[in-house]
Amino acid sequence: MSVSSVFPQLEQLLPRVSKPIQYVGGELGAVVKDWDDTTVRWALMYPDAYEVGLPNQGVQILYEVLNEQEDVLAERTYSVWPDLEALMKENGVPQFTVDAHRPVKAFDVFGLSFATELGYTNMLSALDLAGIPMESADRDVTHPIVLAGGHASFNPEPIADFIDAAVLGDGEEAVLEITGIIRDWKAEGCPGGRDEILLRLARTESIYVPRFYDVDYLPDGRIQRVVPNRPDVPFRVAKRTTMDLDAWPYPKKPLVPLAETVHERYAVEIFRGCTRGCRFCQAGMITRPVRERSITTVGQMVKEGLEFSGYSEVGLLSLSSADHSEIGDMCSGLAEQYADTNVSLSLPSTRVDAFNIDLAQELSRNGRRTGLTFAPEGGSERIRKVINKMVTKEDLIRTVVTAYTNGWRQVKLYFMCGLPSETDEDVLEIAEMAHEVIRAGRAAAGTKDIRCTVSIGGFVPKPHTPFQWAPMERPEVIDARLKMLKNAINSDRSLGRAIGYRYHDGEPSLIEGLLSRGDRRVGKVIRRVWEKGGRFDGWSEHFSYSRWVEASTEVLPEFGVDLDWFTTREREELEVLPWDHLDSGLDKDWLWQDWQDSMSEYEQDDCRWTPCFDCGVCPSMDTEIQIGPTGKKLLPLTPVTNLRVPA
Amino acid sequence: MPIAFSQGFSPHPKISYASAAPTGVGSEAEYLEIGLQREVDPAELKVALDAALSPGLDVLEAVLAEPGGGSLADRIDASHWRLELPGVEPAVAAEAVAAFLAAPEVLVERMTKQGRRSFDARAAVFRCAMTDEPDLPSGAVAVPCAIIDLVVRQVIPAVRPDDVLSGLRVVAGLEPPVPPRVTRLAQGTLTAQGEIVDPLDADHVGASASESASR
Repeated sequence: MSVSSVFPQLEQLLPRVSKPIQYVGGELGAVVKDWDDTTVRWALMYPDAYEVGLPNQGVQILYEVLNEQEDVLAERTYSVWPDLEALMKENGVPQFTVDAHRPVKAFDVFGLSFATELGYTNMLSALDLAGIPMESADRDVTHPIVLAGGHASFNPEPIADFIDAAVLGDGEEAVLEITGIIRDWKAEGCPGGRDEILLRLARTESIYVPRFYDVDYLPDGRIQRVVPNRPDVPFRVAKRTTMDLDAWPYPKKPLVPLAETVHERYAVEIFRGCTRGCRFCQAGMITRPVRERSITTVGQMVKEGLEFSGYSEVGLLSLSSADHSEIGDMCSGLAEQYADTNVSLSLPSTRVDAFNIDLAQELSRNGRRTGLTFAPEGGSERIRKVINKMVTKEDLIRTVVTAYTNGWRQVKLYFMCGLPSETDEDVLEIAEMAHEVIRAGRAAAGTKDIRCTVSIGGFVPKPHTPFQWAPMERPEVIDARLKMLKNAINSDRSLGRAIGYRYHDGEPSLIEGLLSRGDRRVGKVIRRVWEKGGRFDGWSEHFSYSRWVEASTEVLPEFGVDLDWFTTREREELEVLPWDHLDSGLDKDWLWQDWQDSMSEYEQDDCRWTPCFDCGVCPSMDTEIQIGPTGKKLLPLTPVTNLRVPA
Repeated sequence: MPIAFSQGFSPHPKISYASAAPTGVGSEAEYLEIGLQREVDPAELKVALDAALSPGLDVLEAVLAEPGGGSLADRIDASHWRLELPGVEPAVAAEAVAAFLAAPEVLVERMTKQGRRSFDARAAVFRCAMTDEPDLPSGAVAVPCAIIDLVVRQVIPAVRPDDVLSGLRVVAGLEPPVPPRVTRLAQGTLTAQGEIVDPLDADHVGASASESASR
């Protein structure tokens, strides 16, 4: 059965919507294959607008890995803006892929990558537009398998009713294994229908199929247990870890959009995982262990990625890029190779030390100076001990002053508000720190012409982190602290004028908290919010706090819980958490101990440089830290010759 | 390709588009000038650009701009369009076109960056006629389908095909049931005889144009 393009119908709607170019596809790097030449077909979605979704690394990697398989077809789909959604509903045009404009409903797998929980309502819009039943229980063998991935899938319980399966962790090998299972099942004539294919996936022990697990609750609303409802699926589902990143040098053919997007650069992940141990950071906890990509592979990827794409910006990405064991040689080598070109190199610089500035200095050799960002995250030394962000006030000021004396006129400082045990004083110290940075910076640089920007966002406790038990602060307390901080920054007019202040309100964070640590009952809230028009919850102009509060008030009392119960309530040690049956490798006892250490302001070292502290990941996942240095350099300036293998 | 960049802190590639078609219309005749750091074979440039562009964006021809030949913008003063109106009877469209041509002035409104503007859509229209083209346009599913042939002079403010369509609505109440499909067929210098001269013709005398004058 061939599937035809919906473009003729869609095209008639495009003159009537904003930014129609985002729906036409045709990017450099896009792949269009004949439907009938393939056996397993994936529709990959980043559930946000095209301009945000297109640059997403995860989707680009899986898109390429899948399309490299001859009998596999992968296409991309993004959330359509409400103007087009209304027209599509009115004219019967289904959710489509941008590559060949095929209806999502026709694919074997509908895979969604959730970098944030705020994309959940957009998934419901896409299912609705696609004509796929919204709940897993209502789907049959003709519907795609709705599969969730991305960091949010480490607790997919709030969307358990809507998805058929979830993959935790790295996707490169998972998508190929899933493809193999579907290929075999289809070749056998789809025996046993939908339940059978989901069962085959569940038996891998690393694909979570919510329908095979039942949740029981205690009279007080807490979870009593989560158990399999059939004997042939595992009690716990483990995350995936891709080892040896040199063997997976993707994306090789980065997509180059025709429409404007939030990042227009070639991004190379220089390592995955992070063991700095910042206690708020879910990414650092769930992506362990550290696995570096070697300097030579990074150099090769940059060279080939730029040749393919024509991008003039390269981002060397990771959770803490300055920590790469070969970062010095990598930066100087790349800076030298691209010194006489228009290529600019950047390093997300969150580490607060002078080494970071050396690297930035190196990368700006061709005169293209990128911004410097430091993330102390907490305003006081006390709160930085709580979150395990080990940097003293003196270090921070010295580092920023070094940046000013090296010619930077502007630095950005990132903080969080609403951290566990935080007081007004912890937040007010940010103002003191910013004042001191400007005062010392002016003195050292010998000019008044320096600035810093203080950016502060609300803390959201996440599953699989030591703060998974922590109570959230109420939005009105957060907002009051943010206002207090603003006043404190401006209390000295001369200093305050040199300090920019950006902040995020507390209300969206509270809802993110509900979705992050929610259980299956929260799914009813998501559905209610969507029915009331909730879309694009990550966008302040579309997010409605009152809609979420109203929906929670309508739906949750039936279960004897409420919005506060999920967000501002502190959990106890023995409470069954909704994601306990999902195994990130972290030992729950270790997480609890780290939570206790946090409250006694006891810091934890990084196992990259100090002995193992038994977080549990490596032994339980059978993985190990993979770091250099390899001893190699990025020296040869002559182009690498293509090696031809004799036939 | 060794594209030239502007000077300054954030250099931009030197590309300028002459009277680019508006969003949402097709075009078989867009023109642009590219600045290069050194001379390259136009045929080579054509192939390289074509390989990098999206399907449907085809580079048909490249020529070296002859010194003193004037900019592309100076060589374009009119545009030739085809307007397909699926679901509109040709006879109904013909009446509207006749009414439009008979009017001394047809005021239409459009949102511009400066806000809503009202201007005359009639004076810039050099030719507007029903085409006798027998083929149905590709992809148009609704029959009948009226097809209008339109030549518009380049004026300020620009009169675009959708302004002429607005004009047909103003003078004759023509309301196509689905958005018309508009395609630019040619642009260039308008001769007294009503022909449109390809703006690259001026450069075809140059030696480098040998291979490519076959559009």
